[in-house]
Amino acid sequence: MTKMSARNMFIVATVVVTAVFLYLTYLSHVAFTAMTNPEDITPQVAHGKEVWEKHACINCHTLLGEGAYYAPELGNVIDRRGEAFLRTVLETTAVEGWGGTRRMPRFDLSEADIDALVEFFKWMDRVDTHNWPPNKEG
Amino acid sequence: MKYQYESQRLSYPYFVAAMLLFGAQIIFGLLIGAQYLWPDLLFPAIPFNIGRMIHINLLVVWLIFGFMGAAYYLLPEEVEGEIYSPKLAMVQFWLFLAGGAAAIVGYLFRWHDGREFLEQPTLIKIGIVIVVLMFIYNMIMTMIKGRRRTSISIVLLIGFLGLAVFYLFAFYKPANMTVDKYYWWWVVHLWVEGVWELIMAAFLSFLLIKLTGIDREVAEKWLYVIVGLTFLTGIIGTGHHYYWIGTPAFWQTWGAWFSAIEVLPFAAMVAFSFKMVGKRARQHPNRAAVLWTVGAAVLSFLGAGAWGFMHTLPKVNFYTHGTQITASHGHLAFYGAYAVIVLAMASYAVPNLRKATGIITHQKQEVFAFWTMAVSMVFIALALTGAGIVQVYLQRVLGISYMETQAYMGLFYGIRLFFGVTFAIGLVVYLYDFFFPGRSKSLNVA
Repeated sequence: MTKMSARNMFIVATVVVTAVFLYLTYLSHVAFTAMTNPEDITPQVAHGKEVWEKHACINCHTLLGEGAYYAPELGNVIDRRGEAFLRTVLETTAVEGWGGTRRMPRFDLSEADIDALVEFFKWMDRVDTHNWPPNKEG
Repeated sequence: MKYQYESQRLSYPYFVAAMLLFGAQIIFGLLIGAQYLWPDLLFPAIPFNIGRMIHINLLVVWLIFGFMGAAYYLLPEEVEGEIYSPKLAMVQFWLFLAGGAAAIVGYLFRWHDGREFLEQPTLIKIGIVIVVLMFIYNMIMTMIKGRRRTSISIVLLIGFLGLAVFYLFAFYKPANMTVDKYYWWWVVHLWVEGVWELIMAAFLSFLLIKLTGIDREVAEKWLYVIVGLTFLTGIIGTGHHYYWIGTPAFWQTWGAWFSAIEVLPFAAMVAFSFKMVGKRARQHPNRAAVLWTVGAAVLSFLGAGAWGFMHTLPKVNFYTHGTQITASHGHLAFYGAYAVIVLAMASYAVPNLRKATGIITHQKQEVFAFWTMAVSMVFIALALTGAGIVQVYLQRVLGISYMETQAYMGLFYGIRLFFGVTFAIGLVVYLYDFFFPGRSKSLNVA
């Protein structure tokens, strides 16, 4: 093999896999309609996502397995703990933080923020993840 | 060999900034590693989420400082001409340093966005784009004005162009979390398992040519094979992040096949570096630089290749996704591939830039630092793998709750912290030599 043929293989491979990748991206967008219920993303759910980002929750928790592994998975938290418990945690967090060890810091959460987070987690819970995680514990 | 072009000295402040930020990164790494054992440490002043944000942002910033510094050293020799605008390079340096420092200090005061690794506030993100565009402009102009165009400089340019283009997806924040995650990976995956590998491979080829005296034609043929394999496997390999986040099931097939062979470019880098060092035309006096160079190939193969393959197949990943297994892979892959290649470039370039200390200094200290940091990082990865196995079995297989499972993992977190401390010792030795080269015993090499 010469340098030029190696270069040409690099170019051809890149063009072909990029085309395939973009086509699969298109197919993914088609599938998102059924898999993620975009019609249920209300302004409240969208605000919940903003609150989630404002406090950098992802840097302790995981969400669908992505994040920091220092605190529990929250993609299925509604299924695991139920809405009432989730509300208690968030309301306590807004006042004094939560937990005994590896405490969650006190976060400045309004009533509206808490409602929005709960709606956001409800929406997350219904995303089709091919039955991940393996069990409720996340 | 002393530097040949005056503007190669521009790389020096970049390497200095990289080393200082590297040191800071490890301080925050030790802090959050310790918080796994003593969660109340510095709480709530620096809670875990802020400490981790800083740990990883510092990593990315110092690596990019290192990439740019190394490029400023490499380019003049490659294209046989000075850097187009040294002034622009210095403005860009201070702008990047100010932006990076503002971001890190801002995090301590809770000034941040909330997407993992992309926490830079929008203003800082815009600053980063401007800095990278300044760099790329300088690079392209240098290549145009230069006397020759080499494959190494072209591959390096493609790497930096990709870095700039894919970072633009950091500005896209859709309300649909699945779509958000989908394009978030276009920054994160297509950087570290895509275009950054081009930057790494270009540096590796440059170093092997300089250190072994091998034929440029041979080195550049290898370079194209390596980067061809990188894109062939890595682009569709993005699919291994699309198994469980609301994305269609076909990704489990595409992602598995392509990401399983993502090990190939790293295997090629190992073969390349061993072959070239084995056939070397000369014994380069800077043996520490040779060690760092071969070390980058081997450790990236281990961390990115082997540790990546370990959990990339959907049947395995279903159980390991989002556990300490991921953290173990992340540590060894980032250190082995990107940290070590920057240290290799610094190890080769910085002695050449210093007039006062002669060509080669501190070989013994550097070799000690190399092995201390490499062995420590391997054991950090092994400790986290142990933690991950416990976590997968208890939490994912037996269904024990997250917090209860964590209580069984303390031993492994302790081992990890111990090797974090030994890593820091290796780094202190390295940095001491970097900043005070005259004070360590230099070898007399003609």
